[in-house]
Amino acid sequence: MVQLALPANSRVQPGRRHPAPAGAARPREFAVYRWSGVPGEPPRLDTFTIDLADCGPMVLDALIKIKAEVDSTLTFRRSCREGICGSCAMNIDGNNTLACTKAIEDISGTVKIYPLPHMQVIKDLVVDFSTFWAQYESIEPWLKTYTPAPAKERRQSPAERERLDGLYECILCACCSTSCPSYWWNGDRYLGPAALLQAYRWLADSRDEATAERLEELEDPFKLYRCHTIMNCTNTCPKGLNPAKAIAEIKKLIVEKHL
Amino acid sequence: MIATGRTGIGRIKASGSARSGAEHWWRQRLTAIANLPLVVWFVVSAVSLSGAGYEEVRAWLGGLFNSTMMVLLVVSLFWHARLGVQVVLEDYVHDRALRLAARLGLDLLAVALAVSCLLAILVVSLGS
Repeated sequence: MVQLALPANSRVQPGRRHPAPAGAARPREFAVYRWSGVPGEPPRLDTFTIDLADCGPMVLDALIKIKAEVDSTLTFRRSCREGICGSCAMNIDGNNTLACTKAIEDISGTVKIYPLPHMQVIKDLVVDFSTFWAQYESIEPWLKTYTPAPAKERRQSPAERERLDGLYECILCACCSTSCPSYWWNGDRYLGPAALLQAYRWLADSRDEATAERLEELEDPFKLYRCHTIMNCTNTCPKGLNPAKAIAEIKKLIVEKHL
Repeated sequence: MIATGRTGIGRIKASGSARSGAEHWWRQRLTAIANLPLVVWFVVSAVSLSGAGYEEVRAWLGGLFNSTMMVLLVVSLFWHARLGVQVVLEDYVHDRALRLAARLGLDLLAVALAVSCLLAILVVSLGS
């Protein structure tokens, strides 16, 4: 059966407290999930009080400040700091989002930071994306054609190109997939909203000629139909995309094939 | 998971595609749409028949329209319920053997209950 309670080793313990520096003008508390990566050792919740007067505006700025000035062992992924690489996806204030585009001032009270939900944690806020990447790879996210390559380029009208808007912007941060209860319960078999949005990105591409094969591969009770239109994916997407709609479009295309 | 020791992509590809699911998805929606008028009709009828005696209900059910609607209601309702519970089992029961057993039990139960309802309609409407 599905596992509803955390195993004993995964229950979060109270952690270390790092008080505000002396004379802090705007102290703010950050509660951060920590796990050493040592099997059997329980995770803990450390609290860091930092001075926002001496910190950038985003949650990522606070994390970098904590790592640089308070605890250098704090582990998280980050790269572009402008919402385009998807590295710093984490659960902030109860929602999956990007630490680099989430403003601290938009959060009231203690800023709670956890890894993406229901993923295997490697250390602190870093989770294992192997299955997620494999699922993305499995939808064959590249142009597939049967007509020989033209001399110059495969042409697309402006209207055809427009159909990719709202699809191509996905940065594969996994906020959507890891917010989806269906992905939590069946993440090994359900492809999840991120991979399915990308599957639809290639179905919607006027230049791609493998629509039939793509739809055949997707028609599966677990790969596709675990989506129950819960809409967490769309609510949480930090890029404002709509994976739930993309999945509905795939279901429509498959039904049309049967009619 | 079917096998371990594979790479991520090997594992995902190994489970392949069942090439089914659309039929289930479509029927679930069809029966849901059918249930709307049928259930409303049934509730209105049940309310209007409240306090009626057996003979009165039998006369009501003996009509071709009412008995047809009752049969449609039973078929659509149990079909929809069976499809819905199947989804719940797929979501939450992860042990394959247990899920297979539950699916078989569900099918038997749904058919048995639907058949007994249909027989009851037949017996009452035709009169004994």
